[in-house]
Amino acid sequence: MSVHIVPRKTYYMVFGALIFFTALTVFVANVPLGKFNDVVAITIAVTKMMLVLLFFMHVRYSSRLIWVIVASMFFWLLILLLLTLTDYSSRGWFGPNVIT
Amino acid sequence: MSNEANAGTLAHEWRSRFPTVNYLNADYGWKSWLLTKDHKRIALLYLASITFFFMIGGAYAAAIRLELLTPQGDLMQSATYNKVFTHHGIMMVFFFLIPSIPATLGNFLVPMMIGAKDLAFPRINLLSWYIYMLGGVITFAALLFGGVDTGWTFYVPYSTNFSNTYVVLAGLGIFVNGFSSILTGLNFIVTTHTMRAPGMTWFRLPLFIWSMYATSLIFILGTPVIAITVLLVAVERLAHVGIFDPALGGDPVLFQHMFWFYSHPAVYIMILPAMGVISELIATHARKPIFGYSFVAFSSLAIAIFGFLVWGHHLFVSSQSVYAGMIFSLISFVVAIPSAVKVFNWTATLYKASISYDAPMLYAFAFIGLFTIGGLTGVMLAALGFDVHVTDTYFVVAHFHYIMVGGAMMGYLGGLHNWWPKMTGRMYPEGWARFAALVVFVGFNLTFFPQFLLGYMGMPRRYHVYPTDQPLWQVLHVMSTGGASILGIGLLIPGIYFIWSMRYGRFAPANPWPATGLEWRTPSPPPTENFPVTPVVTWEAYEFRPVEEMAVIGPGTPDEPIGGQHPLNPGGDGGIAVNREP
Amino acid sequence: MATNAEAIEHGHAPESAHAALAHHFDNLEQQREAGTLGMWVFIAQEVMFFGGLFLAYLIYRMRYPEAFMAASNHLNWKIGAFNTTVLITSSLTMALAVWATQAGRAPKVQVALMLATVLLGFTFLGVKAYEYHEKYVDGLVPIAGWFNPNHEILSHIPANVSLGQYQMFFWLYFAMTGLHALHMIVGVLIITPIIYWAWRGRYSPEYHAPVENFGLYWHFVDIIWIFLFPLLYLLGAHFKP
Repeated sequence: MSVHIVPRKTYYMVFGALIFFTALTVFVANVPLGKFNDVVAITIAVTKMMLVLLFFMHVRYSSRLIWVIVASMFFWLLILLLLTLTDYSSRGWFGPNVIT
Repeated sequence: MSNEANAGTLAHEWRSRFPTVNYLNADYGWKSWLLTKDHKRIALLYLASITFFFMIGGAYAAAIRLELLTPQGDLMQSATYNKVFTHHGIMMVFFFLIPSIPATLGNFLVPMMIGAKDLAFPRINLLSWYIYMLGGVITFAALLFGGVDTGWTFYVPYSTNFSNTYVVLAGLGIFVNGFSSILTGLNFIVTTHTMRAPGMTWFRLPLFIWSMYATSLIFILGTPVIAITVLLVAVERLAHVGIFDPALGGDPVLFQHMFWFYSHPAVYIMILPAMGVISELIATHARKPIFGYSFVAFSSLAIAIFGFLVWGHHLFVSSQSVYAGMIFSLISFVVAIPSAVKVFNWTATLYKASISYDAPMLYAFAFIGLFTIGGLTGVMLAALGFDVHVTDTYFVVAHFHYIMVGGAMMGYLGGLHNWWPKMTGRMYPEGWARFAALVVFVGFNLTFFPQFLLGYMGMPRRYHVYPTDQPLWQVLHVMSTGGASILGIGLLIPGIYFIWSMRYGRFAPANPWPATGLEWRTPSPPPTENFPVTPVVTWEAYEFRPVEEMAVIGPGTPDEPIGGQHPLNPGGDGGIAVNREP
Repeated sequence: MATNAEAIEHGHAPESAHAALAHHFDNLEQQREAGTLGMWVFIAQEVMFFGGLFLAYLIYRMRYPEAFMAASNHLNWKIGAFNTTVLITSSLTMALAVWATQAGRAPKVQVALMLATVLLGFTFLGVKAYEYHEKYVDGLVPIAGWFNPNHEILSHIPANVSLGQYQMFFWLYFAMTGLHALHMIVGVLIITPIIYWAWRGRYSPEYHAPVENFGLYWHFVDIIWIFLFPLLYLLGAHFKP
């Protein structure tokens, strides 16, 4: 069988980590950190996502093709978000938009 | 092999040598078609339904052109005209152009070209057709009930707050149709990765497969975004939630960002398969490997990827920030480069080639010229300054029709002609085909070239009334309508002879052109399982060999060489030289 | 027919062909690979589907930070945290269910783990339904004519936040969690026949692709929630009214 069987212990440890990070994100959200609240929340969410991806979804043990698909997913989502942001965040940089 | 036979005798001999069972006659009855899992039958189901929707879109186009014969709005009221051009756009974009080559030629050829028995998920393939039909029925119902007048682009806040037409129903039809595309793309990607025959490495694949793969990437990554966008428009319309409504804090430009994030790559969905077809047509009918294979292959991927980075060029005058406009403008210039690479490589392929001017080749030539014009005008539109003046004029209309009709549709027709013998086992009448290609070419240019001039002079798009004090405008519009009539006739001719050929056409040999490619090594039409024996590929793509050596493998197929039996020159050696890349 | 290759060459099905092997695949390994790849490609397009909503969230959050914080503050983060825990646990049970089929455990073990996943899924959905009901009662469902926050809520909205902006958060909340809940419902529907077949002993170390691929889908739904929870529930947690 060419599928790598992940040991149960790994799953339990990942589960523990996920619960820990959930508690952490709740705790940090209650601490006023200004802009950093967002950064921390997203960072923790991304970490949890990576844990689920790598271990529960077996990406760590999967072929390079799967890695490429997962990476492209993120890349495309980032294109959607960031390129649109170039518009919204730069309105008014060059003065009022006087096109037409 | 002697070249004595007259085509009739040889055809008769071949007919008797062909297995009597092929995918067309393997099973009878409506259930065997409507519940088929065979990708070839599904391709024909799509062919029929796509042709139907094409005719509906064409009827609306005829109405547009009729109205524009005169400067006054005398054929229909403005409200009606709004509906007519909307329906033309929706039908043509979503139900013809996007599925045309992938769903018909792609479904038929992808498994065959890679040496597989079927796509990876045959039942999902059939489901994909049913979803397409469901979307088509829903959208068609919307048109029949009273139509939509928002333009195929559904801009808010008109579509959400002010239009009194069947926006939600039409949107639902498009939403459903999107899933058909997604499933087709999914199938192609998985099939290409996992089901290639032994020895069929990525760089031995026909360039059509590279194009279909790139197109499938766009299907997967772009279509969901328009799905959610259309869904939000429907929610906004039904619940007045405030998503895009400025009065409630929403932003209409957000809709445009989301809409064009898909709809720009969508135009690459329409053109990439046609480019793949052209690669095949040129290699086959110039009897020479495509110049710069890897460059053409990678350019397909580059177009797919870069195509996702340029959508803002549809928002240049929509209060998008100038800074973002400059970024999108720059990348829009860049995205033209891989397309140009293809055009150069196709042209280079023709050098010292052995060109036969069959109908498919004529369509390929038309494509190269017309796509270049359309593409160059696209680069012009990518320039911010120029775009400000011609945006929303007929210049843009002419630009995208040169690409869509002059490019994608020519590719589709050329591909249909090229693979018709394989799909149906019959030859179409070559004389009529060449004549029709010429008529289509003339009609097309007469229709759309005047529109460049009209747009440059300021004629807005989506208007059915234009100034009476500009006599030149009416002259150009009359030319355009005349051209459209010629184009319509030119398109009708293949409609007739294709159907005629299915009953009366000459029986086609396994490899009439002859071409390379695994699909040509099966009988015409192929058996249901495509390859009785899984082929093992030991040769490169487009490896043309002397015609006497181009044998066909597999039991039950003619095992004598095709020889110089070009269907149009049965007595001669076909003048087919051998061209090999060193 | 000494080998599968020979068997294929002679046009016969290999004698050892697994009952689940489809006719167009050469062997189970190819079929498994295709199935997994197919599910990943499907997940990729789902990411883009949700991506549109995340984009809308991003843009409007940037525009109306106070409105979003005030509105988020109204959501009960404790319920959200509970639901997050439930969903993570269901991911664990699903991963263990896949392990059970891979390791050849008895059908009743496989079924038990999958049923646990379903149960946790139902719990999540039940809590969600309760939350939606609460919003309805409070007049916070952002449908025209229904959006009528009661006085107590209105008094907590900062002065510089308009009602439209406040409503903006809520349509995003409903759209994103609603779409997520829909995907969970579909997941529960799909796992039902899989549980049946597991009980019938269909899955083994040689063949367990449907369980594995469904697991991928279920984890994806979990990942979406991992993002939804902080973005929707925890925005205003430090922002005490």
